[in-house]
Amino acid sequence: MNLFNSILVGFKEIWAHKFRSLLTMLGIILGVSSLIGMSAITKGMENGMKESLMAMGGVDKAITEEQDVPAYQQDLADSAPGRTMRDVYALKNSASLLRLISPQMALLPAMASRADKRIRPSELVGVWPAALEMDLHVLEHGRFFTDLDEEYANPVCVIGTAIRDELFGDPDEIGTEIIPLGQTINLNGQAFRIIGMFQRYESDVDKKAREYARLHPAKEKTGPKRSKGWGSGRNWAFRRKNLTIYVPLNTMWIRFRSSGTGTNGIPNPKLSDIDIKVKDVENFPEALQQAKNVMMITHNGIEDFGFQTQQGSVENINAAIRNARMSGGIISAISLLVGGIGIMNIMLASITERIREIGIRKAIGASTLAIFLQILVESVVIALIGGVAGVATSFGLVKLLGQLSPTDNTPIVTVASMIFAFLCSAAIGLVAGIFPALKAAKLNPIQALRYE
Amino acid sequence: MALVELRNVSKIYHLGGEEIRALDDVTLDIDAGEFISIIGPSGSGKSTLMHILGCLDSPSKGTITLDGTMIHNASARQLASIRNQKIGFVFQFFNLLPKLNVLQNVELPMIYSGISGKERKERAMAALKLVDLENRSKHRPMQLSGGQQQRVAIARALVNSPKIVFADEPTGNLDSHTGEAILNLFYKLSKEGRTIALVTHDPEIAAVTPRRIEIRDGKIAKNVDNKLAGLGGTSKFVIKE
Repeated sequence: MNLFNSILVGFKEIWAHKFRSLLTMLGIILGVSSLIGMSAITKGMENGMKESLMAMGGVDKAITEEQDVPAYQQDLADSAPGRTMRDVYALKNSASLLRLISPQMALLPAMASRADKRIRPSELVGVWPAALEMDLHVLEHGRFFTDLDEEYANPVCVIGTAIRDELFGDPDEIGTEIIPLGQTINLNGQAFRIIGMFQRYESDVDKKAREYARLHPAKEKTGPKRSKGWGSGRNWAFRRKNLTIYVPLNTMWIRFRSSGTGTNGIPNPKLSDIDIKVKDVENFPEALQQAKNVMMITHNGIEDFGFQTQQGSVENINAAIRNARMSGGIISAISLLVGGIGIMNIMLASITERIREIGIRKAIGASTLAIFLQILVESVVIALIGGVAGVATSFGLVKLLGQLSPTDNTPIVTVASMIFAFLCSAAIGLVAGIFPALKAAKLNPIQALRYE
Repeated sequence: MALVELRNVSKIYHLGGEEIRALDDVTLDIDAGEFISIIGPSGSGKSTLMHILGCLDSPSKGTITLDGTMIHNASARQLASIRNQKIGFVFQFFNLLPKLNVLQNVELPMIYSGISGKERKERAMAALKLVDLENRSKHRPMQLSGGQQQRVAIARALVNSPKIVFADEPTGNLDSHTGEAILNLFYKLSKEGRTIALVTHDPEIAAVTPRRIEIRDGKIAKNVDNKLAGLGGTSKFVIKE
């Protein structure tokens, strides 16, 4: 008895009992579709989290931060130098495992204004061109700073789109996109020329929502216009990034810092940030150690700095994903199990119904193995049809879940999860079929033939 | 050497400590080409004998040789293969699979012996021709009359060219006219050289066969050649020579 025949017989059996088979398959259908749905949700969550992570600068990035000196160095606290350009040059020359070093000198409080409009940027910082890559910025319009801008401390700036939206007008509201290159804005009272603008950063979901809104304009709302305010939205990481203003580092130093905003009017040469990126994420700890060693020298052995990495957030994200996957997996596994029990039940009923048939088949020479395979194949065929139907159903389910899902992330159906769920259904069919198939194969042909 | 040789075969069941001898020390030879009937009242052990002869069951004691192969201690797998290759069964209730059509029913034994689809179809059609049903190959068993169903079953029994065909009350579920046709078919097949064993409780049917074995209480009571004993003409069934 070849396999093709067995499968054909299996299909015929299923077709002969359409409704019963459908009910049986329902368990598998639900199990498979919930498995795919769960995996789509976790995948969506994962993507959303990773997007946010990328908006914050990626995994290979580390931020140095100021720290209180450790207890045993308390007596040296007064001579702690803080992070300065000295560190930056030292790292640049000596820390060979670093790919990118981006010093940042921030100005706080910061205010950007133009005519009667003002906006508080998320950061107004003096940077090297390295910042562009460091913070994964994409310059869409204009240019970034050149060495000459840096050298001459030119009053030029590169802005995020949210700054443009506030000072010049939001393209979503006024209908046309203003690219304010060459325009002048005031940064803390000083005139700066805009020479570049970043692209608009947003999550995939927001992008889709925005495009949808553009194609299907909402009804005009009456009443005063309300500002969203930053930090109130759910995608604060993107909003924050869009509210960036960069100026050349030297400009920041000469125009704002050297005039003495520090203590007692003494110019404060401390950098607000030294961000570094490693050459190879694999040697992340080694590279950090190297950077630390270099900075220990420039800091005369005083440990007044530390490193903040996103490795922790990556682990958090991974842990959250693992948990979500685990709980979803358990739920799906239970429904698959129930589906499997359903199949076993129906196969037992089916062989009881067909004891005589099995007896006839045995009498004319079917071996135990042939009968075993026949029943097993039928069970697997039911499970596989259920699996295919489940995969089909999962598309609808994922759509539905997308509407109801508590997260903002669109569920993503992956081919891998579909294949996995399908294989699961096959395995369930196989396991569920073994017991009924054994039972059928072991039937005594004489008794089976006499069975009424 | 005979086609089937039974030597001191016993089948013993234990029911609640009581020993029941369904077959008790039976010794029997069936030669190739014989047309034989096994007769006996119900409970006499004739069905047990047929099951053991037909490799559906194994004896408790004794030895059986079928076509030179010892089958009394064969494994279930070997028995299945012997049933498939060397034995054909015809049952009282036809035992066709209702979901398969006539042709597929006849093909069934060949599926288990791994014969290719094309040859299967050719041989099944040849077997159906033998029983005059080649024009019904696409019908379902339920669409046929009892006699036709039994002829399909006979075609199925013959399709693997078995050494011996066992028929268990083949006319028991048919009216006497149709039964006579079936018996005539068996007679014709026997004339063509096939070995056939009829199992029945009806002496009228048994009288049709040249050789008759009577089973009583698990033992062979008589071993009579009908023609030699002058009993050939006692059957109400008319066999057309």
